[in-house]
Amino acid sequence: METTTSTTKGYRPMEYASEEGRLKIFGFWIFLGAEIVLFSTLFATYFVLVNQTAGGPSGKELFEIKIFAMETFLLLTSSFTCGLAVLAMRKQSKRGYFGWMGVTLLLGLGFLILEIEEFAMLVEMNAGPTRSAFLSAFFTLVGTHGIHVTLGIAWVTGVMIQVWKRGFTPVTSRKIFMTGLYWHFLDVVWIFLFSTIYLLGVA
Amino acid sequence: MEQHHSAKPHIVGYLFSLILTVLAFYVMLYTSMPMSWKITILLVLAVLQLLVQLFYFMHILEGDGAYQVINVVFGIFVAVTIVAGSIWIMLYNTMLE
Repeated sequence: METTTSTTKGYRPMEYASEEGRLKIFGFWIFLGAEIVLFSTLFATYFVLVNQTAGGPSGKELFEIKIFAMETFLLLTSSFTCGLAVLAMRKQSKRGYFGWMGVTLLLGLGFLILEIEEFAMLVEMNAGPTRSAFLSAFFTLVGTHGIHVTLGIAWVTGVMIQVWKRGFTPVTSRKIFMTGLYWHFLDVVWIFLFSTIYLLGVA
Repeated sequence: MEQHHSAKPHIVGYLFSLILTVLAFYVMLYTSMPMSWKITILLVLAVLQLLVQLFYFMHILEGDGAYQVINVVFGIFVAVTIVAGSIWIMLYNTMLE
């Protein structure tokens, strides 16, 4: 593809400029591969236990289409704005980077707030993680994703502070690119969550 | 150079994701197809969305492109084995009951 030839033929964005940068980005891809496997075990547990409701409520009674549709839209859009932030970094536009990354963080926070409200509502309805095997698996899977989003927000904020202080260097550019990869990956996991947990749950 | 600095792939990727998401919601909530069809379509749409993220947003082909693709494909292989294998084993685990 176009992109590969242009990187091998001399031109490289700053995050790929040093060998260290290239290796760390590749290392991050390996980490994401391990994350895929981590989430697959939680998905497997959920699918095995999905019908074990112990006389309690099932997904059909609990999941609210409005809430998870909103969550999906927020996270999907944040993945897009995060991509624009990385693009702004490549164009050396600080304003663009801080603007789009700021929007990404706000959308991520909005997603988290919706998820926390949903969890609180479920616990209030006596449908917390201790209610049934189905709900234990649900809270573990969706909660693990939620923790990843929380960590992502903290990491992105930290990198933003570094960029504020040091500007775009090969090191900060690499970090920006890696936070971008991580954030897109969170949306990848959510795609499978909203499809196979929520949509399949209410259908 | 063009590829690295253009917002076009991002906008195209976002539009694709939105369309695929709306399709997934529509198929699952507003059609009356058999469940097995719905699940198949849902999985196909999810995999397409995964590809959109990898190629349009994550630029998987940049850097060590080939190795990154091999690594992600291997991750997906293990994931599918774990998920499909677990469901298969537990579904046919009727001897215990």
